[in-house]
Amino acid sequence: MQKVVITVVGKDKVGIMARVCTYLADNGINILDISQTIVSGYFNMMMIADMGDKIKEFEKVKSELDEMGTSIGVQIRLQREEIFDMMHRI
Amino acid sequence: MINISEVTETNEMIQHENLDVRTITMGISLFDCIDSSLDECTKKIYDKICKKAGKLVETGEHISQSFGIPVVNKRISVTPIATVGSSACKTEEDYIKIAETLDKAAETVGVNLIGGYSAMLAKGNTDKELIFLNSIPEALKVTSRVCSSVNVGSSRTGINMDAVRRMGDIVLETARASYGTESLGAAKLVVFCNAPDDNPFMAGAFHGITEGESVINVGVSGPGVVKKALEAARGADFEVLCETIKKTAFKITRVGQLVAREAASQLGVPFGIVDLSLAPTPAVGDSVAEILQEIGLEYPGAPGTTAALALLNDQVKKGGVMASSYVGGLSGAFIPVSEDQGMIDAVEAGALTLEKLEAMTCVCSVGLDMIAIPGDTPAESVAGVIADEMAIGMINNKTTAVRLIPAIGMKVGDTLNFGGLFGYAPVMPVNTFSCEKFVNRGGRIPAPIHSFKN
Repeated sequence: MQKVVITVVGKDKVGIMARVCTYLADNGINILDISQTIVSGYFNMMMIADMGDKIKEFEKVKSELDEMGTSIGVQIRLQREEIFDMMHRI
Repeated sequence: MINISEVTETNEMIQHENLDVRTITMGISLFDCIDSSLDECTKKIYDKICKKAGKLVETGEHISQSFGIPVVNKRISVTPIATVGSSACKTEEDYIKIAETLDKAAETVGVNLIGGYSAMLAKGNTDKELIFLNSIPEALKVTSRVCSSVNVGSSRTGINMDAVRRMGDIVLETARASYGTESLGAAKLVVFCNAPDDNPFMAGAFHGITEGESVINVGVSGPGVVKKALEAARGADFEVLCETIKKTAFKITRVGQLVAREAASQLGVPFGIVDLSLAPTPAVGDSVAEILQEIGLEYPGAPGTTAALALLNDQVKKGGVMASSYVGGLSGAFIPVSEDQGMIDAVEAGALTLEKLEAMTCVCSVGLDMIAIPGDTPAESVAGVIADEMAIGMINNKTTAVRLIPAIGMKVGDTLNFGGLFGYAPVMPVNTFSCEKFVNRGGRIPAPIHSFKN
């Protein structure tokens, strides 16, 4: 299992989740947990996913998510989960 | 499991508060490159650095991508060259050839700086080490990536005043040699007392003789993160203030620990230490001076500055020590002038003087750092400033350093502009009364007493 955190931040609109989830499904990335909030019209979503059975390399997925984000007007970041674990858990 | 507010907090630090990994520094031992033939020696050095550090930059980039945190610098430190070259080098030119080899190797592997053009002279110096010292100005002129440091004292051995006096000349000669490039050579030359063997930060990094074959040391930085956290503690008492700094330092250092472990594992090199230092850059919002202002000072240099800095430095260490399995290097708050916009502002406002900076160095991480002084300052006075700073380190059992940049042809009020991470520095006045008879006495100051502490 390789846990990653995907964050999507940007102006809320129809289909953001659909696009991201479809991409993850197509690339063998399993979603473990999702939470989302909308603060003053801004979409703020975090997913924890497992890239253990991924089809593509981490860097490739990262850049494709980045491109998708640009095309739908949001910022999508892919990061390995350890950075958050290290910072917020003893 | 991690929640959304924790993820947002971390990413805010990275995106808006300048949290970054300042440097992944690979220490490489060059002891096995010692040879009586200079050609053989330089060939071995070049080959070893390229072999060991060939994947350093790529690995740093990879880690940066994986965790989504900038890894600003990838650097190399090597065994002090005065020692490595002592068999092969007969003249200054021979040592300079080694400097050029280091420069070339650094360029080949793609690192921006390489440290270790260094000599350890805490108690005395060999004949070859004297030749080495004389080579520093030219070596820093003809190379662009090489950094030099000289350790001239320690709490165990006292201060080598012959070396201090000589360094007064060398600092000036280095600045003169790089006249036309804003005396940049002197920005790459540090004089130390109690120099640590595992410091990842330039210009003072070298791979100490106590170190192994190779090692990964990491320096993290986040003055902006501490500043931001303190904004929420405005008006609160010292307990809240200290707790806030400590918790923030813990979080910052955890990132360093993660990156250090990951880099060590990917490169197949042992993890050495995480350096806890708060290292500023000239970027707005990446300043230690701004933290001092947030603590409650109008400008660094105001009465109370030393106390505020002491508190900051101590809390950073307390928070950081628990966050990493091995802490080392310089570990504290850096207070360079040119590399910190808030410090530059304080100097320009007339709030901060060389003397106050000296007092601040008693409680901060390193010393008199990146300070431009008038180009006509006598070598004896430069040596006197160095001696003062070395004495602070020797007596207080701490690392102190001096990185002065004599601004050749400039006077107080002029500005040296290095650009990039080195920033710019207003030329600061140096006390003009003479210490010539003192620094010219020769010999060394004996080791201090380690009892009867008062």
